[in-house]
Amino acid sequence: MEPPETTSTVTLRVNGVQHSLDLDHRTTVLDALREHLGLTGAKKGCDHAQCGACTVLVDGRRTNSCLLLAVAHDGAEVTTVEGLAEGDALHPLQAAFLERDGFQCGYCTPGQLCSALGMIAEAGAGAPSLVTPPAEAALSPAPVPLSPEEIRERMSGNLCRCGAYGNIVAAIEDVTR
Amino acid sequence: MRAFAYERAGGVDEAIAAVAASPGGMFLGGGTNLVDLMKLGVASPGLLVDIGRLPLTEVRETPDGGLHIGANVRNSDLAAHPAVRSRYPALSQAVLAGASGQIRNTATTGGNLLQRTRCLYFQDVAKPCNKREPGSGCPAREGVHRDLAVLGHSPMCVATHPSDMAVALAALDAVVHLRGPGGERTVPLCDFHRLPGDEPQRDTVIEPAELVVAVGLPAPPAGRSAYRKARDRASYAFALASVAAVLDVRAGVVEEVRLAFGGLAHKPWRARVAEEALRGAPATEESFARAAEAELAAAEPLRENGFKVRLARNLAVRMLGDLAAPAGEGSAS
Repeated sequence: MEPPETTSTVTLRVNGVQHSLDLDHRTTVLDALREHLGLTGAKKGCDHAQCGACTVLVDGRRTNSCLLLAVAHDGAEVTTVEGLAEGDALHPLQAAFLERDGFQCGYCTPGQLCSALGMIAEAGAGAPSLVTPPAEAALSPAPVPLSPEEIRERMSGNLCRCGAYGNIVAAIEDVTR
Repeated sequence: MRAFAYERAGGVDEAIAAVAASPGGMFLGGGTNLVDLMKLGVASPGLLVDIGRLPLTEVRETPDGGLHIGANVRNSDLAAHPAVRSRYPALSQAVLAGASGQIRNTATTGGNLLQRTRCLYFQDVAKPCNKREPGSGCPAREGVHRDLAVLGHSPMCVATHPSDMAVALAALDAVVHLRGPGGERTVPLCDFHRLPGDEPQRDTVIEPAELVVAVGLPAPPAGRSAYRKARDRASYAFALASVAAVLDVRAGVVEEVRLAFGGLAHKPWRARVAEEALRGAPATEESFARAAEAELAAAEPLRENGFKVRLARNLAVRMLGDLAAPAGEGSAS
């Protein structure tokens, strides 16, 4: 009997560019980005979805790329931090992080940016968080205003060992105001 | 991580047949727990059968006024669903109390039920663990066990089930719809997870190649419901103790109550002793305290986790008090 295939051809559309890769099934989306496509913006912090440094958007939603097997996401649309700016024009979140000094060493920043981008969209679509007051009008969800408390709860999957949280929250607030 | 074969299932029965035919086969859903366990060497499937694209993604109201939740519904979609938010607020709150925004976007309803304990010894393949390697021993009983069980544990295992969602489902009398090589069956959520006994390797009653296809909820019970969780940090941490409750008070008397604890046992702990003590009792803090204490009298805390008993008691008393207060006066919803 033939040994089973343990590699597959996987297609990922990353920041608008289509890539076809032959990957071992063990390859995560994070490793595909970093090791196979040279996109080292998304970071391998803990590699167990505990730190959020690997956060990217997959099909428009923020997720921990370290826990996604690339083969299971064949055909996915991935947005990484490298896809946020338009040429030399920074994304408003990037500009706000600079303006507010929302980092020290910068290691967690790509994950913070992608997470914030996804999070702002979630709140805009009316998705609740644990600190959102239960809406009487839950049947027609309105966008949830992003108070500092909401931002902190919704961004809790992104750790910052430098402790730049105060400025990260301020930067996100600037963009959502 | 061991190399593995991968198949994307075209249908539920095809997926079940593929896993049934492969002794080392496992279903892959969102993968937020399984892929982690594969990295740790705790799980080493020879074949992953990906069910992630099967259309088990529906949340729909059932003719009896209940809710059908497909196994592939993402945690974030479940928590945000209008019917869940408005009719089962404890469930929405419990899901939102778990993990992070990123993980909730990926993790599924079925996978949440099937996630494994976060006991440090279970996750460390260099250590003995009866759950991971039956018969190898349980270092947690004498070791690091501050987060582990105080109720229903056995000499073999003191692990806790980490889910928040399942605790709310236990209080809401949910059922789990399973499909396997032998057909379909439905198991009450409270009977789905097991106590460890002398087979701690079995977290649930699920059989080989059986797949969670949906979770069912009966019509929302009368009264108000909520979920509350105590943990070491304000967000993104597993429960030290949690409580889900539904309380219906009429003229100051408890008409009906359902109470479940999380973080205390190998399964969501439905507090039937406390419920029995409360039915027909005055809805007072004294009744709530007596009932919670009656339930927790069965606790057998370990050296470092005795605080959980008092914590669970206080969580229950405070939540029942909030639920009993007329709308607008309590902090729960």
